[in-house]
Amino acid sequence: MSTSDPEHNRERDSESTFGDYGGQYVPEALMPALQELEDAYERYVLENEDGFMDEFRERMHDFGGRPTPLQRADRLSERYDREIYLKREDLVHGGAHKLNNALGQVLLAKYMGKERIIAETGAGQHGTATAMAAAHLDMPCEIYMGRTDVNRQRPNVYRMRMNGAEVNPVEAGSGTLKEAINETFRDWATTVETTHYVIGSVVGPHPFPKLVRDFQAVIGREAREQIREKAGRLPDSVVACAGGGSNTMGTFHEFVPDCADPRFANESSGRSPRDEDVDLYAVEAGGSSLEIDAEEGLAPNSATLSTGTDGVLHGAMTKLLQSEEGQIMESHSVSAGLDYAGVGPELSYLAETGRVTPVSVDDEAALNGFHRLSRLEGIIPALESSHALGYLEESHDELGDLVVVNVSGRGDKDLETVLEETEKRDLEAAPDVEVFDG
Amino acid sequence: MTDDSNAAPESDIETAIRENDPALITYITAGDPSLEDTKRYVEALDRGGSDLIELGLPFSEPVAEGATIQAAINRALDAGTTPEGFFELVDDLETEAPLLVMTYYNMILQYGSEPDVRPFVERAAEAGLSGIIVPDLPAEEADPLREACDDHGLDLVFIVAPTTEGERLETIMSQVSGFAYVQARLGTTGARADVSTATHESLERLSEYDVPKAVGFGVSEGDHAAEIVEAGADGVIVGSALIDIVAGSDDPAADLEAKAEELKRGAVRGAESLTVDAEDTPEPEQP
Ligand SMILES: Cc1ncc(COP(=O)(O)O)c(C=O)c1O
Repeated sequence: MSTSDPEHNRERDSESTFGDYGGQYVPEALMPALQELEDAYERYVLENEDGFMDEFRERMHDFGGRPTPLQRADRLSERYDREIYLKREDLVHGGAHKLNNALGQVLLAKYMGKERIIAETGAGQHGTATAMAAAHLDMPCEIYMGRTDVNRQRPNVYRMRMNGAEVNPVEAGSGTLKEAINETFRDWATTVETTHYVIGSVVGPHPFPKLVRDFQAVIGREAREQIREKAGRLPDSVVACAGGGSNTMGTFHEFVPDCADPRFANESSGRSPRDEDVDLYAVEAGGSSLEIDAEEGLAPNSATLSTGTDGVLHGAMTKLLQSEEGQIMESHSVSAGLDYAGVGPELSYLAETGRVTPVSVDDEAALNGFHRLSRLEGIIPALESSHALGYLEESHDELGDLVVVNVSGRGDKDLETVLEETEKRDLEAAPDVEVFDG
Repeated sequence: MTDDSNAAPESDIETAIRENDPALITYITAGDPSLEDTKRYVEALDRGGSDLIELGLPFSEPVAEGATIQAAINRALDAGTTPEGFFELVDDLETEAPLLVMTYYNMILQYGSEPDVRPFVERAAEAGLSGIIVPDLPAEEADPLREACDDHGLDLVFIVAPTTEGERLETIMSQVSGFAYVQARLGTTGARADVSTATHESLERLSEYDVPKAVGFGVSEGDHAAEIVEAGADGVIVGSALIDIVAGSDDPAADLEAKAEELKRGAVRGAESLTVDAEDTPEPEQP
């Protein structure tokens, strides 16, 4: 986010929509809180009132471990015969990009005088980051997590509790992120006067999609400078996985104006028009198939941008996995953090206008991506990030000579799932996981 | 209730509340456990003295709903309830009380071949519904739906929350049609054991507006109804307590009718005690 021209930013960022996407579709009781948050966003984030952004950056540096490196991946570069760089968000404190947003929002809540923090979590990574930020800033914190995710992401459940957060399992539906978000909205609707809801991705009602994006935009801002320094130019393409889309938008935001299309020029940055073209790829979870089981109302994937249709969920007009009648489908991904039937409204807009290319890889390609990076580069990536690596393997020929891939998090949390899922399959990139049994 | 000097003719809904003040507004989820059952239950609520009946069209992500109505919605969806089935039910219903549909915005948008509110509103008007309540559609986002409702003579009912104050309250009250749905407390729907103090505060804040006010969220007993009417409401809205009967009774239709009678009696008792308190401005009594 640029604080260089607050007047311009204020005008631009008070818009609650991106094209037709976005908005504020929430119960009336929450509207004043959104207004309050919008005011706080404009004052503290966009205008750096009371030095908010300075404090945020300092804490991200000292507590969060920023900046993260942009690392040349030597063996991947060799394998694909092009320059591959990895943005190492797995090295952020807590093991994922999620802290960028969680720390920003908990700090903002503190500036706003809120007394309590709540959050939803899918993979547990956002819950963990929020619990850490809350402990760091001395705020009480409660996390809602679907029962299925509690069972498949145990290490993160322990970590949240270690940091003093209360974890509430949500039994409804398929027990994943969508249900956890519903429950957190309900808590918020009851406690809104004292509580801030730290939403975990670029989803939800305005101003959340912009607020979260701006806290995450540090990823792309660093990456853009770093690649210039290391490779002497901007990349041909940038690749990031998309669940709700926060690491995606965080990585892409600074690169969005890097194209000839004047619709995406960002005048406030003073760099428009830009003459380098950077392609942006959002890699979604293809699950086991892109086909939808209309009868059961199940999507065996979470590829919302690729296969979804427009509708309203969790406060925003966006692309959704939904039936023709408007019921939201249960989604699926081997990776808990991508398993969501919606996606951020700004991503829907950028995909609709062609600025971002939505693509997907299936569970198996993601698992192979996981093993490949672990073996070739000594980096164990999150299963979410592994989707970006799976796409790199399948489609490197289309990505140009210089590619940045965001490694949104580390995979420690996923080891159990990976062992189990690998055992079921014959994966070319995997070690013999059966030896783990004995 | 003050004299109504509005030039515009009153809607079915406004008339139903003003003429029956204090009015009983009942809610059940359509399709729980089946649309045939819903038909019998609605008729029972009508016989029991409901002055207005809200029918829930189930949506899979009911964020404004507590556990009771969420469970009802799940049962209705498991039973295969569709918007078309819902409208056919309404086509069939002949009740004295006007009917409203309560549903979430995505259900309205998706009816028809493109995301658009109009086909839903057209079908709702054709089926004879008198109004729409959308818990996830604040006034700020409501222009398209309001215009479509205006064109088809339907009321679009807005919720006023305990957090709604100042300018927002003004804006909402200037857009209210039918009645203002006064949310009794923060949080979600669900039967409660008492009447929240937030109810009294909200009614106080609204007292200067000459618009029918009905209070819901947590009302479950005749005594609550009495207290709410005493606090200045023109109507009480009851949902979860009725869903509990749908889900738990051996003879839901009979019990729903009896419950409606109890609630209506409670509301009338509340109005009577007001009359006693203020002899010089007697209120018309209900039988
Ligand atoms: C490491 C990691 N990457 C990506 C995601 C997906 O979220 P988003 O698309 O918002 O970045 C998650 C979510 O939990 C995650 O933990």
